[in-house]
Amino acid sequence: MSFEFPLLSLIIWLPIVFGIAVFVTGDDRNAYLARWISLAGSILGLLVAIPLYTSFDPTTSTMQFVENHIWFERLNVNYHVGVDGISMPLILLNCFITPLVVGAGWEVIKERVSQYMGAFLVMSGIVNGVFSSLDAMLFYVFWEASLIPMFLIIGIWGGPNRVYAAIKFFLYTLLGSLLMLIAFIYLYQTSGGSFSIQDYHQLAIPMTPQILIFIAFLLAFAVKVPMWPVHTWLPDAHVEAPTGGSVVLAAILLKLGGYGFLRFSLPIAPDASHFLSGMMIALSLIAVVYIGLIALMQADMKKLIAYSSVAHMGFVTLGFFLFNSYGVEGAMVQMISHGFISGAMFLCVGVLYDRLHSRQIADYGGVVNKMPMFAAFFMLFAMANAGLPGTSGFVGEFMVIMGSIKLNFWYAFLAATTLIFGAAYTLWMYKRVIFGTVANPNVERLNDISMREFVLLTILAISVLWIGVYPYPLTDAMHTTIDHLLIHLNSSKL
Amino acid sequence: MNFIPPDFAPASSEIFMLIMVCVVMLADLSAGENRRYVAYLLTQITLVGCTVLTFLSFSTETVHTFSGMFVDDSMADILKLMVYVTVSAVLIYSYVYISDRGMLKGEFFSLVLFATLGMMVMISASHFLTLYIGLELLSLSLYALVALRRDSIIATEAAMKFFVLGALASGFLLYGMSMVYGATGTLHISQLAQIIQSEASSKEVLVVGLVFIVAGISFKLSAAPFHMWAPDVYQGAPTAVTLFIGSAPKFAAFGFVMRLLIEGMGEMVGDWQGMLVILAVMSMAVGNIAAIAQSNIKRMLAYSTISHMGFLLLGFISADSNGYSSALFYVIAYVLMTLGTFAMIMLLCRTGFEAENIEDFKGLNKRNPWYAFITLLLMFSLAGIPPMIGFYAKLAVLQAVVNAGFIWLAVMAVLFSLIGAFYYLRIIKLMYFDDPETDEPIASNSEVKILLSANGFAVLALGIFPQALMGLSLYAIQNSM
Repeated sequence: MSFEFPLLSLIIWLPIVFGIAVFVTGDDRNAYLARWISLAGSILGLLVAIPLYTSFDPTTSTMQFVENHIWFERLNVNYHVGVDGISMPLILLNCFITPLVVGAGWEVIKERVSQYMGAFLVMSGIVNGVFSSLDAMLFYVFWEASLIPMFLIIGIWGGPNRVYAAIKFFLYTLLGSLLMLIAFIYLYQTSGGSFSIQDYHQLAIPMTPQILIFIAFLLAFAVKVPMWPVHTWLPDAHVEAPTGGSVVLAAILLKLGGYGFLRFSLPIAPDASHFLSGMMIALSLIAVVYIGLIALMQADMKKLIAYSSVAHMGFVTLGFFLFNSYGVEGAMVQMISHGFISGAMFLCVGVLYDRLHSRQIADYGGVVNKMPMFAAFFMLFAMANAGLPGTSGFVGEFMVIMGSIKLNFWYAFLAATTLIFGAAYTLWMYKRVIFGTVANPNVERLNDISMREFVLLTILAISVLWIGVYPYPLTDAMHTTIDHLLIHLNSSKL
Repeated sequence: MNFIPPDFAPASSEIFMLIMVCVVMLADLSAGENRRYVAYLLTQITLVGCTVLTFLSFSTETVHTFSGMFVDDSMADILKLMVYVTVSAVLIYSYVYISDRGMLKGEFFSLVLFATLGMMVMISASHFLTLYIGLELLSLSLYALVALRRDSIIATEAAMKFFVLGALASGFLLYGMSMVYGATGTLHISQLAQIIQSEASSKEVLVVGLVFIVAGISFKLSAAPFHMWAPDVYQGAPTAVTLFIGSAPKFAAFGFVMRLLIEGMGEMVGDWQGMLVILAVMSMAVGNIAAIAQSNIKRMLAYSTISHMGFLLLGFISADSNGYSSALFYVIAYVLMTLGTFAMIMLLCRTGFEAENIEDFKGLNKRNPWYAFITLLLMFSLAGIPPMIGFYAKLAVLQAVVNAGFIWLAVMAVLFSLIGAFYYLRIIKLMYFDDPETDEPIASNSEVKILLSANGFAVLALGIFPQALMGLSLYAIQNSM
């Protein structure tokens, strides 16, 4: 389908332009202006992304809304963007989360507001760029550039240990990315001077280089997902990030890793993927089971949710390496749903943190007596996090379990333990924080959620329920693309 | 015997420069104590004049003159233009710094111009003697510049180290050149290539000579293990001089390597390739690892230079025009970043206060968000993060290295640049995450502000649109090979 209007460029660059406009408002005397410009920018960013869904043709697996211009000739790098059924939902998710993040920091961020809001808008545009790049170098530029705003967000507005967390986040991700860069340069050489991702998909590569390429990609994407055992930056980064930062990190940035597997690892190195799938499944199951147990032991709410994110993302990588449509589609649904749920969970913790400035479970207790409305929302999201049927959390996990039972009963058995562990750690935390008698005088002084918080949580609650009850629009959009990917994946490239 | 005067036209900018150096010295003598800016203005005029002359004599083909001792080709012209722009920027950045510290004297400007002349001669040399004369003119001027504040003990010590080690390096180089002369019987670089190609010379002697020449080059480039002088000199020299040493001479060093190794001894690629691999890996390792331990910003940047020189050498390893142009692109990117970084350090200096420690960057974002942002761009660029120019410089070099089949070397290079990212991040951390120790506003005149903003912007803009600069580097190399 040809689309003359450069819609994708608009989706990428509009938030960035607004972000720069927000930076220009300068110091905190103009904080009011900065907030409104960012809200306008983020909502506009969401509005321009809507045609991406309405004009999307779900019956084809080819790239849509393609734009292709020469960027620099010397290395044959092109500004080549386009979306398919895998990237389109992720772009929409990102555009959807951005206004929520702006809303989450509305009154909470009081220092250097313009830099905070501007960084989020710029990052939103960059992430859209990552999801829509069809040129490896363009992808790499966006991918690395997304580190810069996040590094600053964690480091400037984070908690006491923010510097450690920010630098750990940056260096971990950079290590993976640099190896990916080498893989790209190698592919550039073997493909005779092309950085086009679609060329790489068709490129025949012998087994040994395929395995090396797969490992280089794995390091880049595994750090971002994050998979066990390279997940340790995530709890640190989450705990220290401000609420908005945590939401973006969990809802969006972790998806970059998952997206990378679908766009690069699997189609470029299918034989290596099959060859190493046992290892990948093992790593994923360790994440699901072992990290689930670790989450149970956390005393810090944000750390608990961070570990639960690692466990849920373990489901995503598990789904990818089952090589059947239930697995891959389930993983995609899980990614989108995790975006909503983890975002909502971090917002809920943020609501409490803004009031008491503590994330320790032990500092709370009996919150329901003071904040009944909040308790109801938190209940819904906790249940969704545990994978209750009827919420979006259930759909993805169920599909992945279905996919794995086709392959091996024990995979499915281990994966299914998440329904128990997930329920255990989430609901136990919920019980300790919300129920019981009012634990201390601080809790006694709590006020229920404000209008702003109510709106944010309502929007997320609707999304979680909607995908839980009627996931068809989502699965329909990605179905053809994933089928095509699976066919491609099951034919050898040797 | 008829005397045929040589063709002076290709060397017009060098001749103009030489005349103007004398004019600057004389003018400064007669200008007196209160009109030191005369020398400054004349120096800038000289650089503009040289730019015009180089443009006028811009040659798309290779022209030899002075019995083949001097060459003018497009690589030489482009490198010289880069040198003029860089020196001019250095002077604008350092004006306030040197006038605050009593260095605003004719000697400073005439030494800078002499050094510039040395670079120009090096870039255009096609004979060992010309090359050596240019190199010594540059080096001697630099020794004197480092020692310009003769009442400063640390600067005098740095100058002494610089001189002794530099003289040793020149000795190495001369010895190597004499071996090569012994083996081939010529000092002309173009004839040298032919003789080596015809294999009419003793290979053993040539290789021994080559080893000494490579050692001499490494000294000048401050590549490990010949890097010892760099941290001391960078730290000891007044920051304005450090800025000068760290920027424009890198172009000359690039020209030096091109003339000597590539044009002269390109046939012996099999012999020098391995040496450069070792030098490159050692430089990246020493530079990046030692930089982490530094608390003095100038010392840290010296180690950072060492690591960048290692990366630069990688560009030569692939031994094709693709690799050389990547190396040239790398030099341009590096000089652009160095200029901005040292200019920032000088901005942080005040009368009676030297910004020396990385701690001096603390809380810059609260003192002046705009300069903090520019430094942020520079630091990410030095670390090689896209979309800054430093990334494309690294990319181009890595691509050339992989193209030549050294994938393991590319992996080493990225691992070391990962280590390197840490100490650049530390500067950003200090600027953005920490609170300032002083609330004193950062004073700057409008020229510096505009130039520094343009410099920071160029790091970003040339990163987003690297095509023109990459094309220029490729043109410079291809047209002269």
